[in-house]
Amino acid sequence: MSASSLRWAIPAAVVPVLVLLAYGFSTDPREIPSPLLGRPAAAFSLTTFEGAPLSLEGLRGQVVMLNFWASWCIPACYDEAPALERTWRAYKDKGVMVVGVNIQDKEEAARAFLRRFEHSFPNAPDPKGRVSVDYGVYGVPETFFIDRKGRVRFKHVGALTDEIARRQLDALLTEPS
Amino acid sequence: MIPELGYGATVAALVLAVWGAVAAAAGARTGREALLRSGERAAVGAWALITVCIALMLYAFLTFDFSVKYVAINTNLGTPFYYRITALWGALEGSIVLWSWMLSIYTLIVVVQYRRRQAELYPWVLSVMLGILAFFLLIMTIPAPPFERLTPIPADGRGLNPLLQDSGMITHPVALYLGFTGFTVPFAFAMAALIVGRTGEEWITITRRWTIIAWYFLSLGLLIGGWWSYHVLGWGGYWAWDPVENAAFMPWLTATAFLHSVMVQERRRMLKLWNLSLIILTFGLTIFGTFLTRSGIIGSVHSFTQGSIGYFFLGFLALVLLGSFSLLASRVERLRAEGVLDSVVSRESMFLLNNLFLVAATFTVFFGTVFPLLSEAVRGVKISVGAPFFNLVNIPVFLALLFLMGVGPLIAWRRASAENLKRNFLKPVVAGFVAAAALRALGVANVLVLTAMALVVFVAGTIAFDLFRAVRARRRSGDDWGAATGGLLLRQNRRYGGFIVHLGILVIALGVAGSQAWSVQKEVTLDKGQSMELAGYQVRFDGLSASEESNHAKVTGTFTVTNGRAGGYMLYPAKKYYAQEQTPIAYVDYRLGWIEDVYLVLGDFARDGSHATVKLQVNRMISWLWLGGLVLTLGAGLAILPDARRPA
Repeated sequence: MSASSLRWAIPAAVVPVLVLLAYGFSTDPREIPSPLLGRPAAAFSLTTFEGAPLSLEGLRGQVVMLNFWASWCIPACYDEAPALERTWRAYKDKGVMVVGVNIQDKEEAARAFLRRFEHSFPNAPDPKGRVSVDYGVYGVPETFFIDRKGRVRFKHVGALTDEIARRQLDALLTEPS
Repeated sequence: MIPELGYGATVAALVLAVWGAVAAAAGARTGREALLRSGERAAVGAWALITVCIALMLYAFLTFDFSVKYVAINTNLGTPFYYRITALWGALEGSIVLWSWMLSIYTLIVVVQYRRRQAELYPWVLSVMLGILAFFLLIMTIPAPPFERLTPIPADGRGLNPLLQDSGMITHPVALYLGFTGFTVPFAFAMAALIVGRTGEEWITITRRWTIIAWYFLSLGLLIGGWWSYHVLGWGGYWAWDPVENAAFMPWLTATAFLHSVMVQERRRMLKLWNLSLIILTFGLTIFGTFLTRSGIIGSVHSFTQGSIGYFFLGFLALVLLGSFSLLASRVERLRAEGVLDSVVSRESMFLLNNLFLVAATFTVFFGTVFPLLSEAVRGVKISVGAPFFNLVNIPVFLALLFLMGVGPLIAWRRASAENLKRNFLKPVVAGFVAAAALRALGVANVLVLTAMALVVFVAGTIAFDLFRAVRARRRSGDDWGAATGGLLLRQNRRYGGFIVHLGILVIALGVAGSQAWSVQKEVTLDKGQSMELAGYQVRFDGLSASEESNHAKVTGTFTVTNGRAGGYMLYPAKKYYAQEQTPIAYVDYRLGWIEDVYLVLGDFARDGSHATVKLQVNRMISWLWLGGLVLTLGAGLAILPDARRPA
């Protein structure tokens, strides 16, 4: 190989590797589809922090946004907390139920978290972790969107935003019940 | 308060680093001394400011200042004192601070060592190093700010990843980063040599020692990482070909290649282009490794943070690789070899082979690591290749490298005569075959293990014969055995330092071969009072106890181990329950030995303590890995001593 062609060949050899790595940004290694999608959501019955009974059965016919969280989950649960409350206020009269399930937490800390963010939707601890196991929760926060027929339709991993919640809820609300 | 102070210090350090890089380069171009001195002062200033960042971060950790987001994520009120310090580098943002700090220290050392020497190269070296430092400070300023403020301030933090709450995590990242950042020095010298056009042997001699230092720290970091994996993760292994491990292993391979091929350049004025490429590749791979593990393109399942840091690293990687390879290409004419390869049977061709194998290993590791990306790009499916792939392709390569390790150092330069070959290799080859035959007679049937053991004996034989002959020669001039050996090691420290490093690698190779071939394990559910048996050990389950620790709950099993030879001892494997983890963390208990380790992991158990599942492993020869690390340390220490024959 002559010197002048080397001059181009050496740096050019790097380019395909860089392109491949850049392609990596368009993929998500963690994006493994949940096997629950499209299937009936697992039933649960819990008791909220206020002492009221809360079961999925009792919410049939409504769109349910089921959020798993913990008070030690910094920063994602803190990031999404205001969005959860905003979503609840915007949709509670439209047939949407927002439900928080607090997992692997200390009750004291969880209550302080709810007070801080003034959450007014029902929140219940899952002391035995059964609900989070049934939903295959890997880490917090995770949010499941359940349609009126009680099927899991969408799962969001990580902090939820107003925009994602709105998009999913609007879609589920337009479906005939 | 801390967030603002820290952010201010970061930005100021960034400004200084950028200025220093520009001033040093301008000083080099114009020859104005004042500019260069200003660049030096900027380097000192940047170091001081990063030190302030470290101090502020430590202060925030020790005082539980949860207004700093990084502190809130990586510590909580229950985190013990030591881990509040190591939490500094427990996650991305803090690791970058540590990285920058080490880089700024290396830069200072370069300033102190070379400002009065190397007048031509030094300003460019300084400029390149400060430029790279500026990149890391940019990361600290925009995509991964360690001092980001958290509002509202939580009452308690999340807590450090429990797996990182281990003594190995105190030293592992430090050693690893000293290695990674250390490669910046040879890279900067290579760039300076290319810019100035002084592509002779001078920069090579300077960078060789720096490369050994960085290489040594990287080796140590890899070994400590293996130790951490072994005694923390509970699967009984030390290496899993995980992307994170591969990321650290690849620059190690190319740096090892460089350390060998550099001798060919020093001696024969050949391989100039190749050596520069290896240095660029090694540095590029350290950046690539950080990119890989931090960008989230090949992910670790537990991180929710992604952000823009990947783009910054990819951009920088592109700049480094395209920039330095273009620079290299523009100097191609000056990099022609002055020597030629005389014969295939010569030391230079052995070194060439060694390089080919090391680079091939690097390539396969790279290929396997980015394979999930490739397969998704080409076929649209996510597939990972695992340990079977890496082992299949790399074991033959590593065996070949072992063989060359015996041949390379003793074969003659230029052209080896039959006499040279016979004199140096006949006895070691015979020793290798005898060892293999003896092991075979003892019942070792695994061909790979037999080959590995035979090669180890062969290489050890070459080293022993060479040392013996050299010492005997010195004895003739009147020294006693001790003085002759000591004098030889010190006088030819490069050569014998290298030999001792080779011995360290041999010991590690024994550990790898032995542990892979001979370790045994068994998993059994035991009732209280019941025993299990494996490889001559009886392990009795004596019961469970629960306790509340500062930041977790713990269930501890009590087991009595006896092996019939001596009195028994107790092992206490446990499971730790951290609030922030979905699954409990296993706490392994073990007893280490030269021949075998007894290694016990607690699995599921009945809450009333009536029965428990336990995994017992008898892991053979793993301690040899750690012993090899010590030998390697001795060798590397000897090799970086000032060269006694030629004053540095």
